[in-house]
Amino acid sequence: MAEFLTAAALFIALMMALGMVRLLRGPGAVDRMMAAQLLGTSGAAICLLISFAVELPALIDVALTLALLAALAAATMSLKAGSAAQGEKPAPQGEKP
Amino acid sequence: MIDAFALLLTILVLVTAGWIAVARDTRAVVFGFIGYGLLLSLVWVLLSSVDVALTEAAIGGGATGILLLRVAARLKVEPHPAPGRAMRISVGVLCAIVTAALAAIVLTLPDPAPSLAPLTAEHLASTELGNPVTAVLLAYRALDTLLEIFVLLLALIGVWSLGADRYWGGAPAEWNTGMPAPALAFLARILPPFGIVFAAYLFWVGADEPGGKFQASTILAAMWLLVVMAGILPMPQTGGRRIRAALAIGPVVFIAIGFAGIPMAGGFLAYPEGFAKPLIILIEAALAFSIVAALTLLVAGPAEQAPRS
Amino acid sequence: MSLGLNIFTVLMVSAGAFFFLAGTVGLLRFPDPLTRLHALTKADNLGLGLVILGLLPQTVSLLGGLKLVLVWVLVQIGSSAASQLLARLALRRP
Repeated sequence: MAEFLTAAALFIALMMALGMVRLLRGPGAVDRMMAAQLLGTSGAAICLLISFAVELPALIDVALTLALLAALAAATMSLKAGSAAQGEKPAPQGEKP
Repeated sequence: MIDAFALLLTILVLVTAGWIAVARDTRAVVFGFIGYGLLLSLVWVLLSSVDVALTEAAIGGGATGILLLRVAARLKVEPHPAPGRAMRISVGVLCAIVTAALAAIVLTLPDPAPSLAPLTAEHLASTELGNPVTAVLLAYRALDTLLEIFVLLLALIGVWSLGADRYWGGAPAEWNTGMPAPALAFLARILPPFGIVFAAYLFWVGADEPGGKFQASTILAAMWLLVVMAGILPMPQTGGRRIRAALAIGPVVFIAIGFAGIPMAGGFLAYPEGFAKPLIILIEAALAFSIVAALTLLVAGPAEQAPRS
Repeated sequence: MSLGLNIFTVLMVSAGAFFFLAGTVGLLRFPDPLTRLHALTKADNLGLGLVILGLLPQTVSLLGGLKLVLVWVLVQIGSSAASQLLARLALRRP
């Protein structure tokens, strides 16, 4: 059981790695913003699986923290004051289309 | 299988770090950095350092992420000339030298590495704590924790000094200048109760299991910032009496208990026999108030509105 | 009994891992930020839910089980809100 759980965690980590590489390259700012979300969900899954694989219940708390805070980055980005409308130069030197 | 895991994470961390170093767009780099912080917390998990993993997840995903995003959004980016070839080569060589030195130190450590861990575990019973990390932070090396809260307050004063003089004591600029997105209002109403309960749990369980005041305070600060972002609470006034009291109570209680230790137990910050755990919890509670206030104000920024009344 | 629980765990965790795979395939192959967002927040979320369902029989204490369910609730709340917020951003500024 422990090996199976570790293998599952490794598989999810691999999926996370592939997703990260894709998102970091992705054209458009939204793709990069999704990276935090991906890491939050996958990281929580990995922490939970490893917690049961090595019998370390404290890792469930790490998963809880990741789950709780994953959405905050997206929340900050959604504020109007953080958009391109104020105080930031438009496309040519900032965002890549 | 854990080795394969470690290898995968290492490669991913290196790739992310490399990407952060070469990417051009500020906002993208900040998101890469948030991802880097979350990856590091997984690395700490693999190293079995759950306390550090908790802190890294809370700070890297919460406080630092929000802070950097805020700063990146408000930076007026002026185009500047890229550094010349000679500069880039010399910086690269310097970084390579530092990396090689660190690698040499780590790889030539004697095996088993010298460590105070057995000594720590031996005396754990007299502190009545079950978590050796908490024992180190608040019993064996309490002086370092005292200095840490001073450093935090100094950093806060440094951030405050960035504001104009006429705004001293006022509130930081409002983050949300329009109606908050409905999903944000939803988040700000639903998450904080969970966050508060979880933070209280982490604070309490830190005595015997990984956790403790710092992780709990970071989560509370993140929840406070979320509520402010959604417009449910106003930005806190940096000169407000209650917030200044919250900032001061941690160090004051800590120093008071420290000095009380001189007559009662023979040294600054020495705990009398049998009273160690209640005193530690009292210090942690007072520090938690200060850390929550300090972290929230650090991320909120310097005052940019005139003080009310 | 314990064999049945173990088989349940293996099945659910495998299903969860499959959904993570589906989510990542979606991330890699979908043409458009909005569709990628959908793959990320919906499929990965479901994968996590199945993983947690599979791990529930393995818990040793009631508190551990409660915390697992709490992780799932928080990820549901967080990723549904985040998908809405990110979608607004994607529409406002592609």
